[in-house]
Amino acid sequence: MTLVQQIITIAMCAVGTMLTRFLPFLVFSSKKPIPKYVDYLGRALAGTVFGMLIVYCLKDVNVLQGSHGLPELIAIIVVIALHLWQRKMLLSVAGGTVCYMLLVQLVF
Amino acid sequence: MKQQKTVILSALKAAFPHTIPIMASFLFLGMTYGIYMNVSGFSFVYPMIMSVVIFGGSLEFVAVQMLLSTFAPLQTLIMSILIQARHLFYGLAMLDKYKNTGAKKPFLIFGLCDESFSINCSVDIPNGIDKGWFMLWVTWLNQLYWFTGSTLGGLLGSFINFNTEGLEFVMTAMFVAIFVDRWKKEHHHYTSLIGVIISAVCLVIFGAESFMLPTMACILCVLTVFRKPIEKSLEGSGDEK
Repeated sequence: MTLVQQIITIAMCAVGTMLTRFLPFLVFSSKKPIPKYVDYLGRALAGTVFGMLIVYCLKDVNVLQGSHGLPELIAIIVVIALHLWQRKMLLSVAGGTVCYMLLVQLVF
Repeated sequence: MKQQKTVILSALKAAFPHTIPIMASFLFLGMTYGIYMNVSGFSFVYPMIMSVVIFGGSLEFVAVQMLLSTFAPLQTLIMSILIQARHLFYGLAMLDKYKNTGAKKPFLIFGLCDESFSINCSVDIPNGIDKGWFMLWVTWLNQLYWFTGSTLGGLLGSFINFNTEGLEFVMTAMFVAIFVDRWKKEHHHYTSLIGVIISAVCLVIFGAESFMLPTMACILCVLTVFRKPIEKSLEGSGDEK
């Protein structure tokens, strides 16, 4: 690839990304009221997206091979337990991550 | 003028603690990405610029492969849209919160990655803190972390060697904790359950490479078909408007 071709390739990645980020705001401008159905979708999606993101993060875990997803499962249980107990974001995130790192480095 | 400065600084002070998990994750992942570009034969200028203009982790990793193969701009554009399609949902979910943010709005939308969305969507901003500035700081801090990590990785390349295996879990942990937060606030768990179950089923059926689009389509269908009960359940929940 020449330098110009590289620049175009990177620009295409940027354009694609920004299209997905700006499109909803361009279609539903703040000057006109948002249609009821879209407003509902927005509120419902806010709750739905986090479950989707968790699965997205775990998409490459193979439950049939290797560690069978056990380190992920254990660490997620630790995060949930810590969060139900103290409800401090940083503690839950740090606790779960340290637990996961110990598991994949030392145990599995 | 002085007052404006206090408003901006207190928003920064309120926003920073929420971004600490992301700082850990982005510095680490950004470095990994920068190193990957470095060992693939690119100067640090590449990850530095790409971290700013694209600002989307998974696509930037894929882009390295694109840069190394033959020139195919249209295919690159389509791939980018497919990989980043989930951002459409973030935009829809943030239409209301990003309303009335004035000149900050384009910056908020430009930096609307998974992590900035997660925080700005789920944090209850304390009273007395300017909401626009809070959300803008979250967005900018996250971009700064990613930029710093990517550039450092590109500069240092394969010289660094540290045992951080498993640190990438910090992102999963944050999403799980936010999920638990939302779960505790909801009276009904329809929306949370829909997200997990549909994504998991689609992952099993379509595989890790191509499950996101079917997932998004199915979520939209289910939310539309069951609008009545779901809309009713949202009204009861604590943090929904």
